Amino acid sequence: MLTIKILGSGCANCKRLEQIVRKIVEEMSIEAEVIKVMEYPDIMAYGITSTPGLVINEKVMSFGRIPTPAEVTIWVANALQTA
Amino acid sequence: MQIDLTKFPRQKNTELRSWALVALAAAAWIVLYNIIEPLADWLAYGLLALEHGSRLGESLAFFFYDVPKLLLLLSGMIFVISLLQTFIDTQKVRTLVEKRGEGIGNAMAAFFGAVTPFCSCSSVPLFIGFVQAGIPLGITLTFLITSPLISEVAFVMLIGMFGWKIALLYLISGTTIGMISGFILGRMKLERYVEGFVYDIKPRANIDLNLEEKLTWSERISRSWDSTKEIVRKVFWFVIFGIAIGAGIHGFVPENALAGIMGKDAWWSVPVSVLIGIPLYSNPAGIIPIVSALLDKGASLGTALAFMMSVIALSLPEMIILRRVLKPQLIAIFIGVIAAAIILTGYMFNLVM
Repeated sequence: MLTIKILGSGCANCKRLEQIVRKIVEEMSIEAEVIKVMEYPDIMAYGITSTPGLVINEKVMSFGRIPTPAEVTIWVANALQTA
Repeated sequence: MQIDLTKFPRQKNTELRSWALVALAAAAWIVLYNIIEPLADWLAYGLLALEHGSRLGESLAFFFYDVPKLLLLLSGMIFVISLLQTFIDTQKVRTLVEKRGEGIGNAMAAFFGAVTPFCSCSSVPLFIGFVQAGIPLGITLTFLITSPLISEVAFVMLIGMFGWKIALLYLISGTTIGMISGFILGRMKLERYVEGFVYDIKPRANIDLNLEEKLTWSERISRSWDSTKEIVRKVFWFVIFGIAIGAGIHGFVPENALAGIMGKDAWWSVPVSVLIGIPLYSNPAGIIPIVSALLDKGASLGTALAFMMSVIALSLPEMIILRRVLKPQLIAIFIGVIAAAIILTGYMFNLVM
């Protein structure tokens, strides 16, 4: 089971990232919990300086940009194998 | 077994193909750029059979020429700028500025604030991240002033409508405003007006942010292409409406109608324009065509530029976001110092131009 966190205070880019992630989780039909982290103290605990951030199993995968669906798919696949 | 993300694009032919696509796009761009003027004339005076010199004809020819010209300039130059921006991000800026004192630190923050893309939703994480790293408040604020004040869209629009000189003037004066206002704010010892929780946030111990990430050129090119599409889509309607309004003013408002209220001799025009611009927010793509039309009708350059800077640098939504980390007193001082700096810049331009 994966834990995927989307770090962002609710801006347009954060919502786009969330959509991408949810779609991939659905398409790959894997068990994953998608959590939106919207409070600044919680976001900043990950040490990023720009949002949106993507965290898979507590590892920061990207921040400050919207990764492509292809990238997210590969990250998710990798996380599944190492988990 | 790990799937290695870097394996796919690193193949030679992907790199070659990306560059070939860029070359092809550049060639198409040059061809298009050279045929829009005759095309616009043909549309207005040929197809619509409007008379040369007529108000409607002038306005429409102006519109048909300026819209494609600016959209082309925006897509081409934003692509190049985005490509350069793939080499810098806020994390790197933080590391570079971290060890600097005031002065040099302000100058560097202003420079990087100008070149990094700005998204208002990132201003709070950025602020907290800088404070966490122990960067002085004044330097952090310099970055927060310069980043929205210098926008790549505004820069390209200024090149398209006013030429290189004015665009450079905007870059230099915007960076200077950020540097000096941040320095002054830093001297004012305002740390007590930062919300307390900012200092309490501790990053988790085992955070590893060294994601990167050696990007290949084809990755850089495809990222820049994506962000160019994103930006152009966002500003598209602003450009259309901005130029439509500008074209309307251009054709229908009499010459020198604005000389009295926005001209050089009206000393109060600069502060009034800046004050009006503070609560207003518009995308630079929408405001610059209007500013350009105002100039044609007798407004002076300093007043017009000060108005534009005030509209794009200071905005209500941005202040509401910053309120999360700054107390109202600091917000007020922040706005005051920046407004004063912009007003001074406006007067300076009115004086020398």
